Amino acid sequence: MSELAIEAVGLRRTYRSRTGWLRPKIRQTEAVKGVSFTVAKGELFGLLGPNGAGKTTTIKMLNTLLIPSAGTARIFGHDVVENTTEVRRRIGYVFGGDRGLYDRLSALDNLRYFAELYAVPAREQKARIGELLELVNLAGRERERVEGYSRGMRQRLHIARGLLHRPQVLFLDEPSIGVDPVAARDLRRTVADLAATGTTVLLTTHYMAEADELCDRIAVIAQGELKALGTPDELKHYADGRRVVEVEAYGIDDDVYGRIRRIAGVKETTLEAQGAVQLLTVQSASDVDVQGEVLAALDGVRLGRVAARRPTLEDAYVSIVSDDSPELVVAT
Amino acid sequence: MRLLRMVGVGSLMHLKMASRSPFEIATGLIVPIVQATMAVYLLRASEQPQNMIKAAVGAGLMGIWSQVLFGSGGAIQRQRWMGTLEMMIISPRPPALTVLPITIATGLQGTYTMAATLVWGWVLYGIVPSFAHPGLFLVAVVVCIVGLGMFGLLLASTFILMRNANAVCNTLEYPIWLLSGMLVPITVLPGWTEPVASILPTTWGARAVHEAATGGAVWPSVGWCLLISLMCFGFGALSMSYVERRARAAATLALA
Ligand SMILES: Nc1ncnc2c1ncn2[C@@H]1O[C@H](COP(=O)(O)OP(=O)(O)O)[C@@H](O)[C@H]1O
Ligand SMILES: [Mg+2]
Repeated sequence: MSELAIEAVGLRRTYRSRTGWLRPKIRQTEAVKGVSFTVAKGELFGLLGPNGAGKTTTIKMLNTLLIPSAGTARIFGHDVVENTTEVRRRIGYVFGGDRGLYDRLSALDNLRYFAELYAVPAREQKARIGELLELVNLAGRERERVEGYSRGMRQRLHIARGLLHRPQVLFLDEPSIGVDPVAARDLRRTVADLAATGTTVLLTTHYMAEADELCDRIAVIAQGELKALGTPDELKHYADGRRVVEVEAYGIDDDVYGRIRRIAGVKETTLEAQGAVQLLTVQSASDVDVQGEVLAALDGVRLGRVAARRPTLEDAYVSIVSDDSPELVVAT
Repeated sequence: MRLLRMVGVGSLMHLKMASRSPFEIATGLIVPIVQATMAVYLLRASEQPQNMIKAAVGAGLMGIWSQVLFGSGGAIQRQRWMGTLEMMIISPRPPALTVLPITIATGLQGTYTMAATLVWGWVLYGIVPSFAHPGLFLVAVVVCIVGLGMFGLLLASTFILMRNANAVCNTLEYPIWLLSGMLVPITVLPGWTEPVASILPTTWGARAVHEAATGGAVWPSVGWCLLISLMCFGFGALSMSYVERRARAAATLALA
């Protein structure tokens, strides 16, 4: 067996938050409810799940920012709670969004500051920073203040900062959130290159396609629990034996949607607004044809294209994260 | 050496950031004028020439103090807002050393406030700064900044733990001004405050600065200030490590 970069065993995390001033109540949120997995050295591992699934919480337990309520985790054999410094030497952390950088400083100053903090030897700093600016395509603009940067540029600077000390394990928490499609594609290429040169990457995302394109293995997490774990191909089997009807419509309301969900034989439904048009997908077992009943339920609603198709990874994902999905199946 | 370099570069960057904040710039311009004016009218410095320098120096020290308090407290809060607190804590350095540059930078900002107060006292009210021991004055100021920086570190640890730490910071500002005798000589305060005052490094720092400005033995105060500062650093470092762990358990490093 190859060397393990990340080992998570039964990780749990409960948040306590206080609400109300006069009669304070303690509210407990079970964000992660016993998650276990391992990531091999050099692997690109994806943690995929909808918003609020517990992805960020899991990542922060692994990168020492949160102490687990229960369970243990090790990075190259170092316990994240007991050997914090050893773990921190080996990891980089990058998260998506606007925050996490010093806006009033230039990119160069940001990198110089964090190079000191992350213990990059003084005589290597200059070369390393230059190399990273080149890698993330910011060379030439490093003296501008970060406040003038676009989302995509900030994200690239974030990545450069995360790589300063040549971490063996890189944690990427929704790195492509809010960046445009072209920037997101560049980002995926950078991540793939890193993994190809031996860096272990743990990436969280709620975009199925991103996980599918990048990851060697994917763990699907929903409501704080691991729902499935396997290669993208293995996960696609979750939708085996399903049939999907896709309908473009204008004006499906809760009533109509409810009626469709109650049709016998319907397994999953999703309704997505794409501008003015709504995209309805209905999954059913492959031996029942629900198309007629669906169209009957949509009586009176203006419709666009109607099509039946074979299930995709996206459909598999929908069926995994929904409540009535089968028990955890681990394919290793 | 490498740690010194880190603290140096870190302080420089935090100072650079402060010098680019419109709020800090406005504060840096207005506060010294207000303080110089207050000192002159409260202490009637214009009637007793001896009090002039005392007042200006006292006001300057107040400036340093409020910088450290708002600086180290506010800076931690700001780091939390910016999402950089997590990025600092995740570095493989002792947490006290990653926070120290912030309190040192604010101490340095405070020095500027003191210098500016002296200059305004001169320009607006004709209080010419003349020091009993000019060389020692500089030493005393540096020592005072160290004392404030280290005490700030001790305070900063509370700010990492508490998300509503601003309230604490506001309640601490005035008592500590008074206790450390920056403006009012300690002898004016009730007797019970004396033991409290004598364990604050700022009391001795302020005394050293006063002595250097108006005459007196400077070195003993400098010695006490440094000694207590060292203890503050020791406790601050311990407390910071403890607090860092608590904050990871309580999830207070980030906003949400
Ligand atoms: N600091 C916090 N205090 C209280 N609840 C939190 C905190 N952080 C996250 N949560 C809750 O924990 C759950 C999981 O959140 P998170 O790990 O951020 O999910 P994800 O990253 O998958 O979107 C959510 O229900 C969220 O509201
Ligand atoms: Mg998240």
